[in-house]
Amino acid sequence: MVEHRRRRVTLTVIAALALGPITGADAELRSYKVVGDAIPESLTGAPGDPAKGRAIVANRQVGLCLLCHTGPFPEERFQGTLAPDLSGAGTRWSAGQLRLRIADSTRVNPATIMPPYYRTDGLVRVAPAFVGKPVLNAEQIEDVVAYLATLRD
Amino acid sequence: MIAWMPVWRIVAAAAIVCATYPAIAEIPMSERKSGYEFMGPDSRAMQDEDTANPGMLSVLDGEALWKRKAGAAGKSCADCHSDARTSMKGVAARYPAFSPAVNRPVNLEQRINMCRTDRQQAKPFPYESKDLLSLATFVGRQSRGQPISVADDENTRPFIDNGRAAFTRRQGQLNLSCAQCHDDNWSGRLAGSPITQAQPTGYPIYRLEWQSVGSLQRRLRNCLTGLRAESPALGAPQLVDLELYLMWRARGMPMETPAVRP
Ligand code: HEC
Ligand code: HEC
Repeated sequence: MVEHRRRRVTLTVIAALALGPITGADAELRSYKVVGDAIPESLTGAPGDPAKGRAIVANRQVGLCLLCHTGPFPEERFQGTLAPDLSGAGTRWSAGQLRLRIADSTRVNPATIMPPYYRTDGLVRVAPAFVGKPVLNAEQIEDVVAYLATLRD
Repeated sequence: MIAWMPVWRIVAAAAIVCATYPAIAEIPMSERKSGYEFMGPDSRAMQDEDTANPGMLSVLDGEALWKRKAGAAGKSCADCHSDARTSMKGVAARYPAFSPAVNRPVNLEQRINMCRTDRQQAKPFPYESKDLLSLATFVGRQSRGQPISVADDENTRPFIDNGRAAFTRRQGQLNLSCAQCHDDNWSGRLAGSPITQAQPTGYPIYRLEWQSVGSLQRRLRNCLTGLRAESPALGAPQLVDLELYLMWRARGMPMETPAVRP
């Protein structure tokens, strides 16, 4: 069991409030607990919205998932071939396991190509526009987890 | 809390270093493939037919510039190098090359600009300007079919190693290395696009997505942007080292300039 603590970036909070929501950018990372190979508790303390999660997964600028994965998205023509099909992910993994795999899959497989969606430290040469920002914010992670949990076949 | 935080960071950093250098396998020489081999018949035909290849317009512009006198010296490239068909044959296949003047490798565009400033006493062309790309494409065309053969010696090796380190290091918000796609996953598709092996055989290329001719460095910056990584300025030493490593990695493969790519 490891506990993460993240630095608050107050200036970014202010900027985010002033500009309204910025895609994919959370003002700060919330701390979370890893138990075994899972993050059992919701990052926001609330369940996500599966419909929003589906939209995030399908969106090539936001979730980026279909660059690598295939999944049950008959309307999306070009899907990647680098990663397992997402169909049935909800039967293979618990919500907590899905949460860790999205937040930071290098903790499950250090050599993975899957990006860490909720980690900002230990990254090198990040473009200035993305420094200190996770790929998805806590609400978006929860939406994606809620959506994947519905993929039962 | 504060006391153990640095320790946690050291542990995390160690874990990241381990994750950054898994045994990445370089592609065996016999399995190397140009981007050409990943293209459909239409794009191949476009590259094969000089009359259909938009990159040939650049070659023609470059030929005109080759003969034009410029700068305070009032000399053209041809005044010093005469017929490019013979004097420039195989030259582009050897670039980036070590320059004693700057004590590091320079790419073909930089070498052309050195002639501009030193010999012609003219202003250097900006990177990605039409004139610089035309001259580089014209000079590159004289190496078509020639095997890539950058120097691998005590002068260039530290820079090749530097380029290799950049190629294999994870970077950017997406935490991916070039090698994870181009060495480990070149047979796969990223969304609809074949990933290819990132062989630098055809530069400057005519890229359909750009609707123009562009340099290898421009292409490298596209992938860096995709990784949400810092993108060094055109001409930056880091990009030249990466170019050099890619050319070393493609040693022996035939030049295709001007290639067509999607
Ligand atoms: C750059 C490639 C890449 C991207 C982008 C990516 N993944 Fe993955 N993902 C992988 C790979 C490869 C694996 C296989 C396990 C491993 O290598 O760690 C994986 C594994 C998974 C798994 C567990 C495997 C299973 O049984 O289903 C889930 C769930 C998952 N990814 C969901 C997502 C979601 C959701 C997104 C977008 C928010 C995403 N991935 C984006 C490459 C990627
Ligand atoms: C997530 C996958 C991925 C990563 C990581 C990646 N690339 Fe690429 N790269 C691609 C794809 C896909 C293409 C082909 C796109 C197309 O032409 O349609 C490409 C094309 C290229 C080409 C053009 C090859 C040709 O035939 O002209 C070069 C050169 C290149 N990449 C170099 C790099 C370098 C250097 C890095 C690291 C800084 C890098 N790439 C990182 C996916 C990636």
